[in-house]
Parts: sequence; C-alpha cells; structure tokens
Amino acid sequence: MSAWIKTTRQKIAGLVLGGALVILFACCSVVYGYTEVGWKTALQSLTDFNGSKEHIIVLENRIPRALIGAAVGVSLAVAGALLQGLTRNPLASPDIFGINAGAGFFIVLSATFFSVSSIHQFAWLAFFGAILSTLIVYLLGAAGQGGLTPVKLTLAGASLWLLFASLTQGMLALNEKALEEVLFWLAGSVEGRKLEVLLAVLPYLAAGWLGALLLAGQMNVLLMGEDVAVSLGQRTVIVKILAGVVIALLAGGSVAVAGPVGFIGVVIPHIARGLVGMDQRWVIPYSALLGAILLLLADIGARYVIMPNEVPVGAMTALIGTPFFVYIARRGLSRL
Amino acid sequence: MSRYLPFRLRRVSLLMDKKAVALLGILLVLVAGVAVLSLGTGDMAIPPVEVVKALFGAGEGMHELVIRSFRLPRILLAVLAGMALAVSGAVLQGIIRNPLASPDLMGITGGASFAVVSFYTAFSDRANALTVSVQWLPLAAFLGAFLVGAVVYALAWKGGVTPLRLVLIGIGLTHAMQALTTIMIIFGPIYLATQVHIWTTGSVNGSNWNHVTTLLPWVLLLVAFVWIGARKLNVQELGEDIARGVGSRVQRERLLLLACSTALAGGAVAFAGGIGFVGLMAPHIGRRLVGPSYGALIPVSALIGGLLVMGADWIGRTAFSPLEVPAGVFTSAIGAPYFIYLLIRSRN
Repeated sequence: MSAWIKTTRQKIAGLVLGGALVILFACCSVVYGYTEVGWKTALQSLTDFNGSKEHIIVLENRIPRALIGAAVGVSLAVAGALLQGLTRNPLASPDIFGINAGAGFFIVLSATFFSVSSIHQFAWLAFFGAILSTLIVYLLGAAGQGGLTPVKLTLAGASLWLLFASLTQGMLALNEKALEEVLFWLAGSVEGRKLEVLLAVLPYLAAGWLGALLLAGQMNVLLMGEDVAVSLGQRTVIVKILAGVVIALLAGGSVAVAGPVGFIGVVIPHIARGLVGMDQRWVIPYSALLGAILLLLADIGARYVIMPNEVPVGAMTALIGTPFFVYIARRGLSRL
Repeated sequence: MSRYLPFRLRRVSLLMDKKAVALLGILLVLVAGVAVLSLGTGDMAIPPVEVVKALFGAGEGMHELVIRSFRLPRILLAVLAGMALAVSGAVLQGIIRNPLASPDLMGITGGASFAVVSFYTAFSDRANALTVSVQWLPLAAFLGAFLVGAVVYALAWKGGVTPLRLVLIGIGLTHAMQALTTIMIIFGPIYLATQVHIWTTGSVNGSNWNHVTTLLPWVLLLVAFVWIGARKLNVQELGEDIARGVGSRVQRERLLLLACSTALAGGAVAFAGGIGFVGLMAPHIGRRLVGPSYGALIPVSALIGGLLVMGADWIGRTAFSPLEVPAGVFTSAIGAPYFIYLLIRSRN
C-alpha cells in the first residue's frame, strides 16, 4: 500500500491540519443542532455567562457533548489501530470482536442486578469487561495450530459479540426500568452526558492514548512477524500484554461514557494507513485525529437526520461504516 | 441387507440410514417427553400423568386451562421455531458448502428482526394494538430476511461467491441491521422497546394459539418441501461443477433452496425472535449423529432444533423463577462457545 503523504514534513503538516479540523468540528458541534446558538452566543456563554437558555445549552449540553465525542472518537480509533496491528487482521476492531459488547454487558449486568450507578464504578466494570473479552479474543488468536487465521478470528469475535449482545438483551428483557435508562446509551450515544462523566474516565483514556503512542515503535517491530520480532530481541509477550491493556482501557473507557459506538475502530485505521503507510508511529496519531473528526461529524449529522429527534451516534457510525466494512471484506483479509 | 433405507415415489427420493430411522424415533420420544415435563412445570406444578390426561381432555378443569391455553401454545411455538431455524441452517450450510454458515451470522436473522420491529412500529395504534392482522408478520419477517440475504449474496459476488466472503459480509450487515433496529426501537413508544428487546433476544413468552396456527403451516410446508428436495441438497453439497455434471440446474435450485431457508428463518424470527445459534448447532449435532446425507439430516436436525429451543425455554422459564430469562440467552450461551470450538478444531 503506497502512502499518500510521503515526507515527514508533510506528515507533520497533516497532523496540524487534522488537529485544526478537530477543533473546527468541535466548535461546529457546539453551535449547530436543534437549537442553533450562533458562534457569537457560544463564545459569550464562555466569556460572560448570562443564564439564558442558549448559554445553558452551550455549557451544559453542547460543550460536554463535543468533548466526549472527540475523546471517544480518538479512543476507539486508536484501539482499533492497535488491535488491527496486534491481530494483523484488517477487520479487527473493538466492536466487531465483541470487546465493546463485553464492556457493555458488565455495565448492564451491574446496573440491573446490583443497582450500580456511579460512573466510576461503571468505568471499572467496563474495563473489566473489555479486558476479559480482549483476553478471550487474544487466546482465540493463539488457539489451534499456528493460531486462528484472520477469517476465523473474525468469526470467533463475531460470535463473541453475538453472545454478549444476547446476554445483554436478555438481562434488559428482565428489567423494564433498566431498559428505559440504558436504551439510548446501549445504542451508542454522546448526547446528554455530563462533563463529570468524561472527567471520571479521562485519566484512563489519557493513559491509553499515551500508552498507544509509546507502544507504536514496538508495534512496528511486532508487525514484521512474531519470529522477526523475537529475533530482534523484542519480548513479544510483554508488548502484546501491554497492547491488550491499552486496548481495554480505551475501549472500556469509551463504552463507559458513550456506550458501544461501532465501526470507528474498523474504518479509521484503514484511512490512516492509506494516508501515511504502515508506520505505526504515524498511524496511531493520524487514527486519533481522524477518529475524533469522524465521530464529531457523525454526531452533528445525527441531529439533522430526523429533526427534531436524534439518532444515536452509534447507529450513524454503523450506517457509515457498513459499506466500508463490506469493501474490506470483499478485498480479502490477507492484507493489512 | 443394505444399511440404507431408500424411499422412492416418482420424482421424490429419500435415502435414510436405518440407524437414522431409529434415531428419529428416539428423538420424537425425547421431544414428547421434554414437552410433557415442561408442560408440567411452572407456577402450578402438574405431575406428568395429569399433563397427559389434560392433553387428551380428561384432566381437571384447572389443569386443562393452564396447559391448553397457556403452556401448550408456547411450547409448540418453541418446537416449531427450533425446527424452522435448524432446517434453515442445514439448508444454508448445504448451499454454501460450509458448516460455519448460519442464519444469524449471515445477517438473515438481523434482517428479519429489523422487518418485524418496523412492522410493529408502523402498524401499532395509540392503544398499542396492531392495526393489521398478526398473520402478515411472517411475511414481513420473510421479506426482511430475504432482502438482507439477497444483499449479502450480491455484495459477496465477485466473479462467484466464496463462503467466507459471504460470512464476513454477513457479519457487517448483522451489525448494520442491529443499528437500524435500534433506531426503530428508539422511535417507537417505550412499551414497544421492552417487548422488542425480549423478542430480539428470542423468547416464546406470551405466544398464543393464533401465533401457533399461523406458524404451523408455514413451517410444516417448508420443511416438507425442503425434505423432498433433500436429493438436490445432497447434489449441491458436491460443488458447482459436479452438481452441474450430474444434471442439476444449479443456480435455479440454489435460489429456490435459499428462498426456503430464509423463509424458514423469517418465520421463526417473526414469532420467536432472534434465537441465536440454533441454526448452527442443530445441523452440526445432526451431522454427528446421522452423517451428511440430507434425507436423514433434515428431520433429525429439525427435531434437535425443536428440542434445543424447547429446552432453553423450559430452563429460562423455571430456573430463575419468578424471572423469565428469554430462551435465546441460553441458546447463545451454549452456541457461541460451541461455534468457537468448531472454529478452533477445524483445520485452517
């Protein structure tokens, strides 16, 4: 795969441009929607807050929403990039492999049966679920002779997803009240979350982002193949474990905030690789920015599709992502 | 004396292992036995003898009411749905020539679910009653299942269809269908959300005779039709070239069988919801028991499917009483690990 952007200088310029776009779309996310507040009002609500409806909407609803959207987009895309590198499977992503569903399952389980409701507990439960399902995926990848092929790993991941989805739905079927509370969340949504929710998981997400960047160089070595990596002196087991932990942090944290938002983790790493080639040290930051951009755009779109109602952003990303998924599946799984 | 028991009548011919005939008998007895046990358990425990009496109209009044009006339709529906899913999976595995194919991983169940949820959203009035007859429901489910099946097939076409491409694209569309279903649920009234959630997990709770009489002819006709066509399925499984070589009109028969398979899955989904992994497990177990010839495989997997769903419903209804766990939870809980085991065991 030949990269579009070749020189280092251009790559840096691309990062700056990407960052600028993230900020631009975050601002758009604050301004546009059912109540259009206008750029000036949005700025005023920060500088001199006067308690008007628009100002409250901006501060209480729109700004948290934009920030959460960006953070979740970054996290899911980076988790997807790492998982695709780790499994060398172009269809790998936290949602297709059931990692998001695993995190969601534990949250719903605790909400229905143990009436847990604090975001901190949710976050830990989500991490636990994400780590458990990452572990299962990883063990599956290593099972059988010479590990599962990419196709079989995808199938195994898909069945894991079906299993967790069915268990989650089964639990919700038992508890009507819980269903009302989690229905929108379960579809993947960044709407109506308080800023505190984001702040509660931000440390974990930030640790995940940092970890991903630090691991990028090691991932490059790992991508050359297990044998090569070992002979180059890499302790592959440790790298894989660390990558797994980072993926679980990012996926679990995102699910705790926004529910299982799909397809970002599949689509974005491909676009990033198309732009900058295989070097993970570039793929990961590019995935991060592109993930934020896609989620912000999908979230803005979600407000306009069926005004005055809103589509959960997870449904939007699924609809955008499916054609892309089909395209990758048609191209074949042999190439990453 | 031959191992096989042939059955020929003009254009219909079935080849059954003699062992399979005995096995069919055993399975039938098992289905009946579990049905009687399941009919007898619940809030009101009824001993098996009384259950049989009540079935034949010689029991106590109260027993007859509970069994005939409440428990029997639900159990019959479970058996029918299980049969439909199992046969649908068996046919699909034959056409695609891959034992990993199943209606739920191929997006077919997802399409049917979406169609059914849309049906409920579109045709419910303010009092939450349906404005059209529930008998249209299997048609809607079938259309949804068939459309998605056709789209998956078309998208997987690239100078021919490979089974794995079919399954991968099916996974993608399953996710998309789930997203669409969620959108529909969110637009619908909240009462619908609960109903639909129970239903998408796969549950036969709340079924009545109306449902049974709608599904019964649908399933029986289609299963009979597929069974008669078992010979064609055997040929399909040999691969396109050989099938053509022995005189099969491959494309036409494939399309017809695919239509039957989606119709069966659609019918089951319409009334019992997305009961997962039955379409995968039942034919596998069946193949283990009676080998790959479809003459025996179709009825055996049908009975195994019925047994699986009925058993799952029985456990879900009684094990956590007073809570009712949808049957689909149990079938997935057994089915997903089983599927992963199959993946690991089969050669790369």
